[in-house]
Amino acid sequence: MQGKLIGSAARRGLWLCHGCSLLCQVPGDEGQWRCPRCAAGLHKRKPHSQQHAWAFLLAALISYIPANLLPIMRTEMLSGTQQDTIMSGVVYLWQSGSWPLAFVVFVASVLVPLLKILSMLLLLVTVQLRSRWAPRQRTRLYRLLEMVGPWSMLDIYVVGLLVALVQLQSLASIKAGPGALAFGAVVVLTMLSAMKFDPRTIWDALEDDDE
Amino acid sequence: MSSKHTPVHDETNPAATDHTAPGATVPLAVAAQGDSHPWLPGLIWLIPLLAAVIGGYLAVQAILARGPSITITFRSAEGLEAGKTRIKYKDVEIGEVIAVRISPDNKTIEATAKLNKEAERFLARDSRFWIVRPRIAGGSVSGLGTLLSGAYIGMDAGKSHETAKHFTGLDVPPIVTGDLPGRQYILKASELGSLDIGAPVYFRRVPVGQVTAYQLDKTGHSVDITIFINAPYDQFVSTGSRFWHASGVDLSISANGLKVNTQSLSAIMLGGVAFETPPQSEGPIPAETTRVFMLSNTREQAMQTPDHEALPLQLKFQQSVRGLVVGAPVDFRGITIGEVSNIAMEYDAPRKDFNMVVTIQIFPSRLLSMSSNLDAKRLHQMKLDSLVQHGLRAQLRSGSLLTGQLYVALDFFRDAAKARLVHDKNMDVLPTIPGDLEEMQGVLQRIARKLDKVPFDRIGQDLDANLKQLHATLNTVQQLGSNLDGKVIPQTMATLQQLQHTLDTASQTLQADSPLQQDVRQAAQEVTETARSFRALSDYLERHPDALIRGKQGDRP
Repeated sequence: MQGKLIGSAARRGLWLCHGCSLLCQVPGDEGQWRCPRCAAGLHKRKPHSQQHAWAFLLAALISYIPANLLPIMRTEMLSGTQQDTIMSGVVYLWQSGSWPLAFVVFVASVLVPLLKILSMLLLLVTVQLRSRWAPRQRTRLYRLLEMVGPWSMLDIYVVGLLVALVQLQSLASIKAGPGALAFGAVVVLTMLSAMKFDPRTIWDALEDDDE
Repeated sequence: MSSKHTPVHDETNPAATDHTAPGATVPLAVAAQGDSHPWLPGLIWLIPLLAAVIGGYLAVQAILARGPSITITFRSAEGLEAGKTRIKYKDVEIGEVIAVRISPDNKTIEATAKLNKEAERFLARDSRFWIVRPRIAGGSVSGLGTLLSGAYIGMDAGKSHETAKHFTGLDVPPIVTGDLPGRQYILKASELGSLDIGAPVYFRRVPVGQVTAYQLDKTGHSVDITIFINAPYDQFVSTGSRFWHASGVDLSISANGLKVNTQSLSAIMLGGVAFETPPQSEGPIPAETTRVFMLSNTREQAMQTPDHEALPLQLKFQQSVRGLVVGAPVDFRGITIGEVSNIAMEYDAPRKDFNMVVTIQIFPSRLLSMSSNLDAKRLHQMKLDSLVQHGLRAQLRSGSLLTGQLYVALDFFRDAAKARLVHDKNMDVLPTIPGDLEEMQGVLQRIARKLDKVPFDRIGQDLDANLKQLHATLNTVQQLGSNLDGKVIPQTMATLQQLQHTLDTASQTLQADSPLQQDVRQAAQEVTETARSFRALSDYLERHPDALIRGKQGDRP
């Protein structure tokens, strides 16, 4: 591997400025350094990357439970009030015969957030353990995570739209349930967690072992 | 992460270039003063902490709000939907049906419902549940709102201190909810009539309660009807109150004629129960709850003195009792004092005939209530004998010629044959006399018998002979007629022709221009001339009578 031949820039004391992407020569790992061009603080890796990623991931994990248990939407109609969780919506779609739609909702709203959390968990644990297992696949997984991130908010968009549109007072009205809030929190927190994660740390383990 | 402002260092800082690797033009980093926010990284853990706190709060709240779960058995799950059907108490939602399944014995359905925390206190053993659907019954429409919202389970909180987790749902909503003030009574009736649950109970035609339930007696001989009288009115129900069917149109044809009795229009549609307290039987007011009353068929029946005060009497008639029915009135000079309770017959050996045995019930209190100086015992024991001695008899009379209904009349017949009150099979037998119709029949029979004695056949034979003679006479007359036709008529014709001829001749003779006529006229003129001459002569002779002697002398002055 090329990493073995050249080694990382960090090992040669070359850090990249996060502010203006200027490659800087850092005299030593100790102490605080600044970018000579934009004066932003220089860090070898994203500062507190794992700690923050862990924190956000834990928060997302906790929020995932109410997001799935609490009603995400509250429909008030003449015929009565109905509260729907994500799973009850999926079940309803499945029972009413809209299997493709049920599948899409299930994947987008239940499976993807869960997989995101699990993936982040995998990345963080492997990095924490300085694992050398499949670094390239893990990096690819991270890229996928970053890409999928915004699309997980589809549910929230739909609920937000319905809440804004369906306001016929006594006839029918839709309100967002507490589950929607938790669900939004899950999506935002996993995105933050992924953002905080520094994929370079995946490779650092390999680097260190080469020494 | 640092936002702390530091002066921008020159890229060509000699200190920086010192550390630059040979042959590279990478700018050298600048040392920053002091640690920037050493607390910040740790602060990030507030986020999962916050999430945990909120999540924990929600979880605790969910657990705390978790109410009891109950199962309700219904006959049918019509309108029930797991996850949608609500349970409401006084229209306030207290729970939700979470599962509907068929009971193990496949006969009913079991609805599992989760109630709110605060609904726990409603789970008394005698709480009642029913499905609220649109319903048109009892003259009222209910549950229309469920047309849109779907059915829900209604509930009435019980008062028992025991709690239960399993309930049996009612088929129909209870008429009376547990918190409604009032009293419940039980009516025993021989039949339900047109009553139904929800049928009104009237007091002086004011609806004061409702029929809440009915069921057959365990023996199957009567119906137990549960009624509920609403609070301010239950004080009018006393132990002496009488209840009767106020069901719709009571059309009866009896000896009293055609009688149509109706209650209010809704009672006609639904039936109902009415009650009244007779003035003479004021009991403690009000009657205690769940007291049992008898339910009579009509008001008259209800207001009658109860059976134990009735005096049974037996009547033996030797005539047809067609038109007499059980329940027909017993009348004393226009006052109904009893009724017919049984009609039977017995073989009368000495007469070799059958007696029609009519048992009547007399209510002496009716007589007592109308007369001031009568006493029940005196009436029964001491007086009935002497009354019979004085001519008291029973008689069947026709109440209505139109329907042929009979009634029993008691009256005094002073000229009736002597009879005595006899005692037969623990019952007094009152002597009877034939009724009006019977007497009329007797008279008709006597007339018929007299008619029977007339010798109709001999009269008939005589009449036959006479008729034959008459026939012969008529034949003779006919012969005479034919003779006239054949002989007399032609002669008559000839005679008539001759007469005609004669008349024609006469007519010709008498015509104005006929010679005879002229001759006659001339003759008449001659006669006239002659008469004139005679008159002149007579005149001359009158003036000159001497002329008869001397003859005519010339004119003298």
